[in-house]
Amino acid sequence: MHEFRVQVGPAAFRIGSQWKRPLDQLAELYRDYPVPAIPDYSVRLESVSLLRRFVRPSVAINGDYMLPDAAPLPLAQGLLAAEMAMNLQMALGWRRHLLLHASAVEKDGRALIMTGQSGSGKSTLAAMLGHRGWRFMGDEFVLVDLDTGAAVPFPRLISLKNEAIGAMMATALDGRFGPLMPETPKGDIRHLVPPADAIAAMSRPAQPALLLFPSFGFDPAFREVGPSEVFMRLTQASTNYVTLGEKGFSALTRFVQTVPARAIDYRDGIEAEDLVNRLWAKCT
Amino acid sequence: MTVLPSTKYKAEPADQILVAPLDSLTLVYQRRSGITHIVAEPAPEILAIMCADAMTADEIAQRLAAQFDFDSTQAMDIITARLNELADLGLVERCHA
Repeated sequence: MHEFRVQVGPAAFRIGSQWKRPLDQLAELYRDYPVPAIPDYSVRLESVSLLRRFVRPSVAINGDYMLPDAAPLPLAQGLLAAEMAMNLQMALGWRRHLLLHASAVEKDGRALIMTGQSGSGKSTLAAMLGHRGWRFMGDEFVLVDLDTGAAVPFPRLISLKNEAIGAMMATALDGRFGPLMPETPKGDIRHLVPPADAIAAMSRPAQPALLLFPSFGFDPAFREVGPSEVFMRLTQASTNYVTLGEKGFSALTRFVQTVPARAIDYRDGIEAEDLVNRLWAKCT
Repeated sequence: MTVLPSTKYKAEPADQILVAPLDSLTLVYQRRSGITHIVAEPAPEILAIMCADAMTADEIAQRLAAQFDFDSTQAMDIITARLNELADLGLVERCHA
């Protein structure tokens, strides 16, 4: 079994694989990240059967935490399988912070958090802003410190989907993209290495200053979202709120009582950036 | 279920719940169960006004009426219904004589 280790924010991963190629791709894309001595989680990319290790190789997603009905992926999507497995460990296993399914960027020491359903554009917005004057903190999970309420970065590879791939290829530097993986279960996927400043500062938290619920594909608009609605939405966006018990309750109630929230509609990145900048200027 | 006028209610001890008022709703975290309850008025007010001793719905209504200036007899049905909902949630205990 081949092995690769990487530290992303506070989480350390060991990825084992029966095939070398997905780990070579991970090593290339995570080349600027620290290598941990002791992993928090182990992830395994294994064939679904001995035969399928060699004939039409098929990658099963295994690890400390697994979903029994997770469908295997073809070897050409082994990099995606590894990323999905790492996300799964965080979603099901992380207990040190309140975990929100959200993206985040930082400016002047304060964090802008964005959350919403898949397709809302939160990942693309974070990637775009992270290349336009903000520090990218993560596009999948925001980790809320249980004692201070600060957002702790988790700047894994940016997972670009479908139209976002072309948009970011016009913005980000060459040499920071992974292979294009067409027609995956999530559509076309291409990973992007976060900007160097995001990796260098991945242990530096930031206090949340604004929460956005973006919706892509509508005329530009925004509305205030009250704390009750924010609480409902964020409990749905957290995989460990219930598990954390009283600590989770205290962290989440502090968040909804102190962080202003807005829902924004936008049709493209320029509109979104304009709305974000205006709202950010008002609340900071 | 049949609730007699003599039925008394006792709230979860104050040190066993965490209450966080938001804009339109109030969150009540119950330490014993680890459950977050989301309640609307007058449930938080009922919980706040219940003291450590068991009280009938009528006694609770009178206390609320004194604080919020309404006719306690007209609000009895609503207060009894909310008390029984809180009892079903485990935030209030029914104490039968």
